[in-house]
Amino acid sequence: MYLSVLDSRQSLFCSSVSFEQIGILHKRFKQLSHNEDTLRRDDLNTIPDLSCNPIRTQIIEAFFDKRNFHQNGEGTVQEISFEEFLVVMSHFRPPALDMTEEQREIIRREKLRFLFNMHDTDNDGTITLEEYRHVVEELLSRSGALGKETAKGIADAAMLEVASISMGHMEPDEFYEGITFEHFLKILKDIEIETRMNIRFLNMDTTNLCK
Amino acid sequence: MSTMGGLSQMKLAVNFLTIGLVILSLPCGSYTEIPPKPPGSVTVLPPVKPAGGPQAFPDAENSNLPVFTMDYARIQVPFEVTLWVLLASFAKIGFHVYHKITFWVPESCLLISIGLIVGAIMHSVHEEPPAVLSYNVFFLFMLPPIVLESGYFMPTRPFFENVGTVLWFAVVGTLWNSIGIGMSLYAVCQIEAFEVQDINLQENMLFAAIISAVDPVAVLSVFEDVSVNEQLYIVVFGECLFNDAVTVVLYNMFIFVADMPVVEPVDVFLGVARFFVVGLGGMGFGVIFGFVASFTTRFTSNVREIEPLFIFMYSYLAYLVAELFSISSIMAIVTCALTMKYYVEENVSQRSCTTIRHVVKMLGTISETLIFFFLGVVTITTEHEWNWGYIMFTLLLALVWRGLGVLVLTQIINPFRTIPFNFKDQFILGYGGLRGAISFALVFTLPDSIGRKKLFLTTTICMIMFTVFIQGISIRPLIEFINVRRTNRNLETINVEIHSRLIEHTIAGVEDLCGQWSHYYWKDKFLKFNNRILRKILIRDNRAESSIVALYKKLELQNAMEILDTVSGDINAGSSIVSLHEEKKGSGKPKRKFVAADLMNMHDILSKNMYKIRQRTTAYTTKHSLPNDSRTKEILIRRHTSIRRSLRPGSFNGPNEAKSQKYFSLPPGKSLDSKFPPQRLRHTGNDDDETMSEMDYTSARSRFNQPSRSSSRAMLPLRRLNTLKEVPSSSVVDLVDEMSGGRGAWGRGMSRLNSSSSDSRIPAPRRHHDPSNGPDNGSSGDHGSGDNGPEGEQQPLSPTPAWAAEPGDRDDSGTQKPLLRPQWKTRKP
Repeated sequence: MYLSVLDSRQSLFCSSVSFEQIGILHKRFKQLSHNEDTLRRDDLNTIPDLSCNPIRTQIIEAFFDKRNFHQNGEGTVQEISFEEFLVVMSHFRPPALDMTEEQREIIRREKLRFLFNMHDTDNDGTITLEEYRHVVEELLSRSGALGKETAKGIADAAMLEVASISMGHMEPDEFYEGITFEHFLKILKDIEIETRMNIRFLNMDTTNLCK
Repeated sequence: MSTMGGLSQMKLAVNFLTIGLVILSLPCGSYTEIPPKPPGSVTVLPPVKPAGGPQAFPDAENSNLPVFTMDYARIQVPFEVTLWVLLASFAKIGFHVYHKITFWVPESCLLISIGLIVGAIMHSVHEEPPAVLSYNVFFLFMLPPIVLESGYFMPTRPFFENVGTVLWFAVVGTLWNSIGIGMSLYAVCQIEAFEVQDINLQENMLFAAIISAVDPVAVLSVFEDVSVNEQLYIVVFGECLFNDAVTVVLYNMFIFVADMPVVEPVDVFLGVARFFVVGLGGMGFGVIFGFVASFTTRFTSNVREIEPLFIFMYSYLAYLVAELFSISSIMAIVTCALTMKYYVEENVSQRSCTTIRHVVKMLGTISETLIFFFLGVVTITTEHEWNWGYIMFTLLLALVWRGLGVLVLTQIINPFRTIPFNFKDQFILGYGGLRGAISFALVFTLPDSIGRKKLFLTTTICMIMFTVFIQGISIRPLIEFINVRRTNRNLETINVEIHSRLIEHTIAGVEDLCGQWSHYYWKDKFLKFNNRILRKILIRDNRAESSIVALYKKLELQNAMEILDTVSGDINAGSSIVSLHEEKKGSGKPKRKFVAADLMNMHDILSKNMYKIRQRTTAYTTKHSLPNDSRTKEILIRRHTSIRRSLRPGSFNGPNEAKSQKYFSLPPGKSLDSKFPPQRLRHTGNDDDETMSEMDYTSARSRFNQPSRSSSRAMLPLRRLNTLKEVPSSSVVDLVDEMSGGRGAWGRGMSRLNSSSSDSRIPAPRRHHDPSNGPDNGSSGDHGSGDNGPEGEQQPLSPTPAWAAEPGDRDDSGTQKPLLRPQWKTRKP
């Protein structure tokens, strides 16, 4: 029944994920949502495994972000269906063995867009310094006795770096207002995201093992 | 043309070296009575003094005190070993005289070639190579440095991401090769035409185990050069490391088995059981010793001199203890290195860390160099048993089984991999199976009880020659030709680090969310365990640290240290031992003016104003080059506003003033050449080393707002002072030429020299100044002349354009430093 709702994007996802794996994901979905058809934030907030993750809020938020569902989505939703759950998961599909360069580029952009959206909370198309600082703070929040100052310093340094990479020479009084998606692509050009940001979905049913 | 030149250069070097060796080795023959050894015997020359030989202390019965005595026998072994090491090292220097050779021809090929030449010379003068390579020498002294080096410089993250595949290829692949080659060689032996029916199955298996040890040093260095994708690299790296362990285990097992008359089925099971005991036991010992070593370095902060020693001693101890229980000593030393590296490098000082890396690299390189070199020599000087059928079939079978093995094993492992290997990867993986030092050493140290030892030696040498020369040389063009997927490895920006962490956390989170496990899951759990328990026990300063912060701190520290180095110039550039002492004594030395407060201040300023990204030690260090901490790929960033902020009067108080300003080092502009007039640099270049000692003087002066002496690394972002009128550049040149003739040219040369050195050393915040904007333009001298009339009359006195603090900065900061030399007599506006 859940297979009937697959759209084109999901079929892409399905090309690398078997039906059994989708079935397992569906089971997990039901488990998280307590057998409801939709998943709410609270359901995700209570996952114990996730509680130690420094960027938990960003991850959960990403599942309710409309930008991750459609090309032109905007804003957030309160609950998601399994279909949308799958669409978000599809950002993490591993690359196929025989991919053309264009496909690779598309996947790259898609994955990077997902990350970009995690930064860009107000959806204005740029990551401002404030937003960047926030993410870095969260990232470092678990690593012990680190003041906010350090996080701030690092975010500032990173921002300067982006500015210098993407703008090249800047006039003294110029102000770099934020990272656009194009700049984002540029700075993470070398990171080979298509080989790193992916999850291998197992055939194993883990529902009773996971808390 | 240039290649020819390089070759002739090479030849010259080689000739020189070989002549040198012959000259050195001739006396060895004439002065010492090396007992004639039966060919093939490989015993260490006993370092005992032959009775009745000349002695250092003459006996009483010698009536006359000998004026000159020589006791060569006493020093023979260490002396000859030293000469060999020296010769091999000279050879290495020789290769790098002309780097294009090493680009196309792997170093191991060159080493073998030189070994061949030396061997030929030795053969022609009937000289025996020193018989130092015995079983014990190899396993106790030569092998540990090689594997320690590989283990220590193993790129940890990719290794653990691909650990399954690595072990799969290393263990199963090696077993596959040994058994496959062994069995089919045994079948070949049954063919009567080859006359090798006397080689039984056990001996064939032993031999197969020896030649299935791949050692792709040459391939790895090519991989680094062309930066093939990370997965392929790490699999080849890990395979070569762990299959040494497997091979040695198999080797010892088969040597034992080869002596047994009958092999019963139960022995096979015992063999399998032993295999696991040996492997896992080695790992266990390694982990234990790794932790002990880390724990020890917690307490070494007061004995920095011997800090690196602990690392070597513990690794070696792990190796020896594993040998004691005859479990895999290679596994022990590799796991020991892997375990302790992370903790040790946080505990020890920066310099100890560098020392450790240097020495590990050095020992490993020397060991390997010697083995390859020796291989060349032995090829010529040893007695061979040529059996072309056996040799050819071994070559063929090794290739076929390797190829088949890679194909089959990847088919099995690919479904379990997130990023499967494609066909190109598989091809390179199969083709990169070079044989090398380990195979040679193993076969060379075979016990004499093996009947066909000479044949095995000959075949192994052929195998190594074939793979190293043909495959090793052709692999670079091949990789470029079939266009293997590549990975950029120079990822040393803070953004990349942040996003790598972000991706990892995201994936770990999403996996938690949808109930999947992968290595991210385990990494997450391990990190938690590590932060809560391990770090508390093993690390002195046990605050858990994110890798982002670590990178950030490291960059900042490097920055600061570099500046320290630059500023204090010769003082600090001395040997590390000197600085070790200084480190101990603290910063109270009169010559070093930096006290803790200064350093803090410096840090502060650095973090506020500029941030320079440097390359961290690359995870992939070339097997034969040292990890280079100081290689600078600089992204220099400076924001005008922040500089301005930090230049406000409040930020520089008291004696720190001048020092702090030093760090805004180079003037803007493309290069010193174009911006600095040569003459000034000539002077400043000369008194470079005075600047440190004049620090107080300088600051005292600057407080009185006098023109102060400045070092060549000027303090403020410099600009041409508006108030000085400049002559057009051509007339400057004329003037200079007129006034100082040849001196001018010399000055320019000097300045170029100077600027290039400062360019590379000073982390200069750069701001591009368009030469065509503003009144500070040197070439259009008329620009400022109108409104700066009064200054015009200074021209004859000082033809060089003056430099001063940037007006903007000066205005709002009030820390005005017309960085002019006193003799220039500039007037303030």
